Amino acid sequence: MERLSKKPIIEVRHLNKSFGDNHVLKDFSMSVYPGENLVILGKSGSGKSVLIKCIINLIQADEGEIVVLGSPIQGLEQDELDDLRAKVGFLFQSNALYDSMTVRENLEFPLRIHWTKEERALGAEAAVKEALEDVGLLHTIDRMPQELSGGMKKRVALARSLILKPKVILYDEPTTGLDPITSREISQLMVRVQKKYNATAVIISHDLNCIEITSDRVIMLIDGTCYADDTFEALSKSTDHRIKEFFT
Amino acid sequence: MILIGISQRWNPQFWAIQTTEQVKYLNFLDNQFFKEAGEMSRFTARFFKEASKPKQEYEEFIHQCFVIGYKTLTLVGVTAFIMGLVLTIQSRPTLLEFGAESMLPAMVSVSLVREIAPVITALICAGKIGSGLGAELGSMKVTEQIDAMEVSGTNPFKYLVVTRVMAATLMVPLLSSLANAISLYGGYLGVNIRGHVSWHLYWFQVFDALSFGDVIPSLIKTFFFGFAIGIVGCYKGFSSQKGTEGVGRSATTAVIVASLMVFIIDLIAVQVTDLLGLT
Ligand SMILES: Nc1ncnc2c1ncn2[C@@H]1O[C@H](COP(=O)(O)OP(=O)(O)OP(=O)(O)O)[C@@H](O)[C@H]1O
Ligand SMILES: [Mg+2]
Repeated sequence: MERLSKKPIIEVRHLNKSFGDNHVLKDFSMSVYPGENLVILGKSGSGKSVLIKCIINLIQADEGEIVVLGSPIQGLEQDELDDLRAKVGFLFQSNALYDSMTVRENLEFPLRIHWTKEERALGAEAAVKEALEDVGLLHTIDRMPQELSGGMKKRVALARSLILKPKVILYDEPTTGLDPITSREISQLMVRVQKKYNATAVIISHDLNCIEITSDRVIMLIDGTCYADDTFEALSKSTDHRIKEFFT
Repeated sequence: MILIGISQRWNPQFWAIQTTEQVKYLNFLDNQFFKEAGEMSRFTARFFKEASKPKQEYEEFIHQCFVIGYKTLTLVGVTAFIMGLVLTIQSRPTLLEFGAESMLPAMVSVSLVREIAPVITALICAGKIGSGLGAELGSMKVTEQIDAMEVSGTNPFKYLVVTRVMAATLMVPLLSSLANAISLYGGYLGVNIRGHVSWHLYWFQVFDALSFGDVIPSLIKTFFFGFAIGIVGCYKGFSSQKGTEGVGRSATTAVIVASLMVFIIDLIAVQVTDLLGLT
């Protein structure tokens, strides 16, 4: 296969994570290759959010190794970690929009650290508008997050995670709570972004339509380990009953 | 049923169980207390560490000064005025008994400036600022906004905690000084409700009674009040447990702990000024 000739952009090896007695991730390993869209599928509470938070070191893993863009994420100094995080976009399951700031300020927030003052004076406005245009919400630029619907919040959060044009994007349920039409639009947007910036994405999703549109490969997280790893087509035809559950 | 209840009470084993339960409960309380105190000290140490690092968030600091200072102004002002007025009216009969009515401005000014205005201001701030910080940071924590900040490369501790604690440390003394002044105006009105003291005489007596030994220590302690209120509010918010209930609890405990800290600091301040001979 083509991807085997490339070096993985994210590598997770023998990851273990427990919360008290709750052993969420058990010796989990996976690799994500440049330019691909990898979907992680698993039941609610199976540890998908914990996994991608470990990838960006928001949650510290108990054991195991995580390498992102060539850097072992657990051993980095704070400055190095911040620089690395600038290259990684993260969409939170709960959106995590700053509710004391307008949409514009929300989108400008990541720029204040990673862009210089001059860069911001020249380009922030355009970057914010472009990101909002991508998700079709330019008209909400001066609204507060509380004034937006659930789906609009998700799209603003998506715009915020794309504003630094990251190399790697981690999406935690990007289409949950959206109507089928918007959901398809967002999925197509995700594919476009991947093409446009040659980005790599890890997508957590239950939405079969979204998975079908976006995924190059699907990993199934069951019982804290990688239960299956294949294309969407192959998995949807699988006869294994634990896999079939998800596709019916 | 009653018989069983009584026979149980005569049973030594029953009491043994009760006592171990109580001991367990006390142990639990103790552990909780020390754990909390330890965590809060760690949080304070982290504050100093982060605050001493270069690159300050000036914009956010100024914004917080506005939020914390300006928005508490009216509340503090009104309370201070009423305090001065009421204290004067209440003190008059006692002084009259000793034939010392002319001492009224002097007595009122000393008690207001030394103790009542700073402490009441601090308590109001503990309620308003402490609960505000606890709820704001708590809800940011619960809705993952603090995580989002961290992911975007901003140090949330520096951006949220350092700025707010500094703003509280600066604003509470300012508010308290203002409360001093306004409460003295209240005092003037109080003096003149029953008696008559001219504007000039009142202020002459007030300033004659006050010395630096009254003003400076009481000003210094308000910095500590402000710092404690900021730290407790931010700590409670930052360590908020998941869920909206957790946010409510952070806000309430922030107020309780901050008010308690105000009294403890006040107690220490009195001892220290006493030792230094500033009384
Ligand atoms: N901070 C935490 N403290 C304790 N337990 C946690 C914490 N975060 C997650 N867990 C536990 O880890 C497990 C996995 O949670 P996670 O949020 O990763 O699920 P998920 O796969 O993302 O589910 P969903 O599809 O519902 O979002 C759950 O059992 C949860 O209770
Ligand atoms: Mg999740």
